[in-house]
Amino acid sequence: MLAFILKRLGLLIPTFLGVTIASFAFIRLLPGDPVLLMAGERGLTPERHAALLKQFGFDRPLWEQYFEYLTGIFQGDLGVSLVTKNPVFDEFFTLFPATLELSICAIIFAVVIGIPAGIIAAAKRGGPIDHSVMGTALVGYSMPIFWWGLLMIVFFSGILKWTPVSGRISLMFYFPQVTGFMLIDSLLSGQKGAFTSAMSHLILPTIVLGTIPLAVIARQTRSAMLEVLSEDYVRTARAKGLSNFRVIGVHALRNALIPVITTIGLQVGVLLGGAILTETIFSWPGIGKWMVDSIFRRDYPSVQGGLLMIAGIVMIVNLIVDLLYGLINPRISHD
Amino acid sequence: MTDSTYSVDADKRKGGRVDLLIEFWFYFRENRGAVIGMWFFLFICMVALFADVIAPHGPIDQYRDALLTPPVWQEGGDWRFLLGTDAVGRDVLSRLIFGSRYSLFVGCIVVSISLVIGVMVGLAAGFFRGAFDTIIMRIMDIVLAFPSLLLALALVAVLGPSLTNAMIAIAIVQQPHYVRLTRAAVMGERGKDYVTAARVSGVGSIRLMFVTILPNCLAPLIVQATLSFSSAILDAAALGFLGMGAQPPTPEWGTMLAEAREFILRAWWVVTLPGIAILLTVLAINLMGDGLRDALDPKLKRS
Repeated sequence: MLAFILKRLGLLIPTFLGVTIASFAFIRLLPGDPVLLMAGERGLTPERHAALLKQFGFDRPLWEQYFEYLTGIFQGDLGVSLVTKNPVFDEFFTLFPATLELSICAIIFAVVIGIPAGIIAAAKRGGPIDHSVMGTALVGYSMPIFWWGLLMIVFFSGILKWTPVSGRISLMFYFPQVTGFMLIDSLLSGQKGAFTSAMSHLILPTIVLGTIPLAVIARQTRSAMLEVLSEDYVRTARAKGLSNFRVIGVHALRNALIPVITTIGLQVGVLLGGAILTETIFSWPGIGKWMVDSIFRRDYPSVQGGLLMIAGIVMIVNLIVDLLYGLINPRISHD
Repeated sequence: MTDSTYSVDADKRKGGRVDLLIEFWFYFRENRGAVIGMWFFLFICMVALFADVIAPHGPIDQYRDALLTPPVWQEGGDWRFLLGTDAVGRDVLSRLIFGSRYSLFVGCIVVSISLVIGVMVGLAAGFFRGAFDTIIMRIMDIVLAFPSLLLALALVAVLGPSLTNAMIAIAIVQQPHYVRLTRAAVMGERGKDYVTAARVSGVGSIRLMFVTILPNCLAPLIVQATLSFSSAILDAAALGFLGMGAQPPTPEWGTMLAEAREFILRAWWVVTLPGIAILLTVLAINLMGDGLRDALDPKLKRS
């Protein structure tokens, strides 16, 4: 097992270095003078230009610049946002809890509905329930979620007036950030109605962001379940006279969930990508919206830092999923 | 497979292929959803092909006397504009019809670029192994570490927002899937006896890769091509929606949605219809993809 972990970590290092090269190259590939891009000022005098060129180190050899960038990363230095003048690293972690909260809720939503739906479809294979569950899942899988979000707003916020259109919580409430999770902070604040307000803001983005993972999880659960149900030990369990519920819910489910866990882990990238669209539509103050805003404001140090951080998070989660998979699946050999 | 005998080898091969096609169609036809998806996809293709003839108006013609006209079945509808008009008086139906061209075009171009490059790189990596393989796979890992839409967005920021650049970005983002798939298939095939036989009889590397091995790796690639066709359409629409893909006044569906956003509570049709167009097209292709997978993948066949 230890060898397996070390090997996986060993694979991670070159990939991570590659990601840093990619984000390093990003600023230098942008069209235009990098000094102007990084300075974010217009009408620079030649003297100021030369000073900035030196300050940013663009006059030095590329490998030296890269080395400095890399050392900076390990010290938590991702540069300074051109718009707010705050360190990108701090900006990222101020906004990240909002995205994390939304992503966690979305994945819970997807798992809680997706796994039972997949199980039921597999149990009723070929019947009308199976067809309608899988049909719905395919529609969800094909959904342009930016449009789905707009539809939700039109229906639930516009027509029914059940939920607010955007933001994380009503402006009526103000309380200190403790965890950065609005649901928890609103409970801690003890203010009446704060939790309900946070909840009502969260619900539509959760559904929108969770739709594609939900569809993927339901489809994967069904096919994993079908595969397991055809195995001998399931037939033995049936032959022993166990109830259908017990065979499916206990014997088969245990093994069927192994590939599903991997699928859930792989949704992290999907969630962070989907967050870009979902957060933009619902004005959710997380990193997805921040990335889009930064691109439009030409705040390239923020984009660069965000790219690196998001790729880093995806890589770490994928590593954890891999290790977990090795842990729960005794059939995998680690050599 | 067939009990008829052929004296000429070439004939046998030809007969085999026809049989394969017939067998494929037999399994594909079983899946009703896939057949419906295929017909709908052909319908969209026809619409795109004959857009000039079908569309009642030009995609960027503005009718100043009919801004935000609702669809014809609603009060205030106008028979000139079956699905209503948008905020600057353009016919929504005509824009949707012309929009199909962009979506199909994006799908075709993205799939062609990423398929051709991905297959070649994957073939080479799986065939030669060694350092080349390691480097290629690490590069693919790097691309896969970024959420695809985010990477596409960043690439478009570098290249500049336009439909062409969006297609290039999406093609780059989709590359690793083809490379990995081809490589895995090649590694599965290259140890088999027929490959060894061909090699022993003096077939060169290039011919071995493209003529001997590749045809036996096609099934997963075809399925992947269908799935990436639909995700290319979705990603291009998402980029258009974010303002980083096709630029107004192009009647691209995602861009149309972006333009319509401010009217969502006033004029449902300008928001709803382009989304339905995207959804139905993507759904049709995915239905087809599911059917293809079931018909082509021998492991899942008849399950």
